[in-house]
This record gives sequence, C-alpha cells and structure tokens, in this order.
Amino acid sequence: MGENQIISVSDLTKKFGSFTAVDKISFDVRPGEIFGFLGANGAGKTTAMRMLCGLSLPTSGKATVAGFDVYRQTESIKKNIGYMSQKFSLYEDLTVKENIDFYGGVYGLSRERRKEKTEFLIDLLKIEEARNKLIKSLPLGWKQKLAFSIAIIHEPKIVFLDEPTGGVDPITRRQFWDMIYEAADRNVTVFVTTHYMDEAEYCSRVSMMVDGRIAALDKPEKLKEQFGVGTMHEVFVKLARPAA
Amino acid sequence: MKRFANFVWKELLHILRDYRTLLILFGMPVAQVLLFGFAITNEIRDAKIAILDFAKDNTTREISNKILSSGYFMLYENLQSPNDIEPAFRKGKIKEVIIFEPGFGANLERFGKANVQLVADASDPNFANMVIGYTTSIIADYQSELSKGKTLPASINPEIKMLYNPNLKSVFMFVPGLMSVILLLVSAMMTSISITKEKELGTMEVLLVSPLNPFQIIVGKVIPYLLLSLVNTATVLVMSKFVFRVPIVGSLPLLIAESTLFLITALSLGILISTISNNQQTAMMISLGALMLPTIILSGYIFPVENMPLILQWISNIIPARWYIRIVKGIMLKGVSFNYIWMETLILFGMTVFFIAVSIKKFKIRLE
Repeated sequence: MGENQIISVSDLTKKFGSFTAVDKISFDVRPGEIFGFLGANGAGKTTAMRMLCGLSLPTSGKATVAGFDVYRQTESIKKNIGYMSQKFSLYEDLTVKENIDFYGGVYGLSRERRKEKTEFLIDLLKIEEARNKLIKSLPLGWKQKLAFSIAIIHEPKIVFLDEPTGGVDPITRRQFWDMIYEAADRNVTVFVTTHYMDEAEYCSRVSMMVDGRIAALDKPEKLKEQFGVGTMHEVFVKLARPAA
Repeated sequence: MKRFANFVWKELLHILRDYRTLLILFGMPVAQVLLFGFAITNEIRDAKIAILDFAKDNTTREISNKILSSGYFMLYENLQSPNDIEPAFRKGKIKEVIIFEPGFGANLERFGKANVQLVADASDPNFANMVIGYTTSIIADYQSELSKGKTLPASINPEIKMLYNPNLKSVFMFVPGLMSVILLLVSAMMTSISITKEKELGTMEVLLVSPLNPFQIIVGKVIPYLLLSLVNTATVLVMSKFVFRVPIVGSLPLLIAESTLFLITALSLGILISTISNNQQTAMMISLGALMLPTIILSGYIFPVENMPLILQWISNIIPARWYIRIVKGIMLKGVSFNYIWMETLILFGMTVFFIAVSIKKFKIRLE
C-alpha cells in the first residue's frame, strides 16, 4: 500500500457457502477521487462495498480503508467513513433539524458543532422553510441531497454511496452530482455504485464488476477507447455480455 | 455514552411522534381493564335462582326477600324436593339454588345456629364464584342485623357446593394474564416492529456503518419500550385495584422486579423476532400469531392449563407468560415470598438468556 491510496484492495474474496460473491478483486482508490463501482445486479458490488464498510468480514484477501484493516480495525474504519444507502436513510417521522442532530450525535459531534452544522446545511441546501418539517413531507430531491449532506456531516475521508440516485429525476441527479464534485474538491474520496451509465461518465475512474470479478478498471475515456465505443453504456453491454 | 443517549432520544421522538400508536399503547390497558370490569359487574344483575325451602317460616321468607330484592337475583322457580335440583340446573336457566334446612327459623331461635346450602352452577366458574359471594354476603348482612341487641349471636352457616367444577381452578384471576398479554404486546411486538422498520427504511445499514455498535443500537431501541411497559404495568395494577379491588397481598417491590424480568424476556423475544423478519408486516404477524395467540390460549390466562390435553400442557411449558402468570398470582393473590416462586423466576431468566443468545447469533449471521 502506497502513500497515495486511501482504499487499497488486493485479492479480496467473499464466499457464501459454495457461492463466490466476490472473486479476488484488487484495486486502489486515490484521495479525492470519484471512484465509480459499476456492475449488473448480483455482480457483487454491494457485497464488496459491505466488506469495505466493515459490515461483513472477507473470506480471504487483503484490504485497507483509510489506512485501517478491514479484518481487525472495523471500528476505526466506521469513524472515518460516511455512508448513504439507496433508500436515502433519513427518518421520515423526524424533522430536518432532528435528523441532522441525530446523525451528528451518532458520529460524536458536540452539541455546538451540531447546531453550527444544522444552520450551515439548511443554508447550503436552501431549505429554511423546511427546518421543522417532517422528512416525509419533503420532495425526493431534497431528501436525497440532505441525506448526502448528512452522510458527510462528520467530514469523513471517504464516503460510500450505494446507488444514491435511484428513482430521482435527471435534473435532480445532475444537481446531486454537483454536490459530489464539491465534496471531491474538498478532498473527500467518493466511492459510488450506480446503474446509470451516464453517471459513470462523471467518475474519475470506473471499475466494472462482472460475476464477482473486476472486468475492467480505468478512466471512462480510456475504457471507451479500449472497447472502441462512444458511450459507457456500450462498454457496459460489451462487458456484461462477453458472448454477444 | 453521549452517542447512546442521543440514540435513545431519537427512539423516544419516534414513539412520541406516532401519537396514534401511543394512544393505543396507553389506552389499551385502560380499555381492557374497564372492559373486563364492566363485563363482570353487569352480568351479576338479575341472575336467575331457585329456592328450595324446607322450613317455610318467617326467617327463611325474610332472607329470601332480602336476597331477591337486592337486585342481583331473580327468582326463577320454587323447588319442592331435592330431586328437582339437578333437572333445574340442567335446563340451564338458573345459576344457583338456595336450600334452607327444615326448621331453619326454629333452629336459629333455639340453638342460635342454622344451615343453608348454596349450590351453584360452576360450569362458568367466575360467575358461580360471584353468585355465591353475593349470596353469602347478603346472608351475613341479615345475620348481623338479627344479632343486634341479642346476647347470643345468631349464626347462619352457609354451606357452599360448586357443581361441575368443584375446585374452581380458574377463578377470575385474569389480571395476571392481562398484564402478561399487554406487556408482551407492547414489548415484543413494538420492539420487533421498530427494529424491522429500520431495516425496511434502510436506516439500519447506516446505523451499522456508523460508530454505534450493534449492542448499543439494540439496547437503545429497547429502553424506551421498557419504560413504556413499566408505565403500562402500573396502569393495570392501579386500575385492577380500583375497578376490581384485586388486592396486592404480597410485596409490591417483588412484583415489580418480577414484572421487569418478564418485560426483559418479552423484549428479548421482540429482538429475536426482528432478527428473523425482514419487514414490519412479518414482524407483526409473527408477534401476533406465534406469540400472542399461544400466550392467550395456552398460558392459563383464559383456559386453565390443568384442563388442557396433555400435549398442550407440555407445550404451555415453553410459554413465558405461563410462568409469569403463576408468579403474579402467587404474589398478588396469595402473598407468597420469593421462596415459593424461585423456580418460575429461574425459568423466565433461563428463557431470557436463551433468547438473547440466539438473537446475538442470528444478528451476527445476518451481518455476514
């Protein structure tokens, strides 16, 4: 593992009984990078991500996240990462303020810091009028942006986004990616899984998982060049169906 | 610790915000106790009885009038011979037969002592018990009036006979059962629902990825419901004392301690249910089907365990509420000390440890 790798994975494997969900994957992620983690459903993306987040122990192989070992230092990993699931992971029956306050507290922010953050986020997302509204009354796009802001409320080194743009309209998705860029500019490493191939184009580098293995890993331009196609969509189709 | 407190606060917010559920949780015990209370006090109005009077003197007439004018009883028929008693009950109309011995008034006059026999239809044991209770107290009332200003007290000796269920084993002691059902409902069902809700919403994953450890998450979820259930326990106890005058003969602290143990058993069951179900509906179905029904039917709450087929008696042993009901009956109604209920306590404790161990195991497997 070199200095310049915030996530380092080598030969990471996860087996469930005789089924190999993740098969000896290796890759490195650099700080401040937006790392796209692509693959069809069941290709092993989620399993790989869960191992990196410290939710699931690998069967074999090595991996470090923010310099911590995924076997022995999961507690330290958890303190240094943010996580946002595809369901936005906010509490619908709590208000905007209460959600920020709760997640801030979970990550050990002091009361004053939480207050500051609340004001900052409400201002940033321009949701002053929704401050004391329940999450369930907010539009999907707001929820999603708020969920992302909360995922990085403790200023983690890495944020994991698990299909963060599911079911959201294209404009909101575009705005959401603006937020991701801003986070990356502040040197937060973004590890994102997605189904949308246009989003893959926004990533610094993209890895394509097929049947538990990494079939390709490079900058989007390079991948398109390598496969001689014009879009990431075509790259994906070529990789996912090698016989065709 | 601060993180943990923060987490418990969030749980409380969830509960407070869902005021409909909250209303049900706090209202249910009150409603249930009142329901039982009124169902029982209403039924004793105008109970049909028969009288077999061998004496037919002034005293027996006076007693009969006193009983019939009380509003609790209504004369259905006058019987002529002991042979009429059985057929009278068979018709199913009357609940009690009062039999005065021959020469009742004279005996009372001469010896200061007379016998009256009360025969009740105990196929409905609760009701029979009440009918007898009311009759006895009316007779006692008459007796004390009669004794006023006399040197030798008159003593009427009611001889009681319960037909069809002589031991009266399921006397109306539903308060313990009611407590166990309510505690189970609030603790097990609500906890399992609240944990599976987090799974369904995807927030559970976020919590697991956070620095909170799974133990804190579970305990944090459980604590608000523990408090809620303690409030409910108090409600049932207070209500049953005032509505039914159910006494708490034994030690109140012991009762509370045992109730807390049962609460923890129920909460651990709730956690167990949440580890095996993936959404709120499943959790609710398991709680209702696999927990509530057996508890209501097999714990001795409604049907006495002694009257069940042997196989069901065996099954009833694995139902926590069965042991809790025995503990509560022991403390509340018999006033027993811990020495008499240590076995039941130990069983509940063992069950709790078992449920928690299985939950932890399941929880870990799920994380894998």
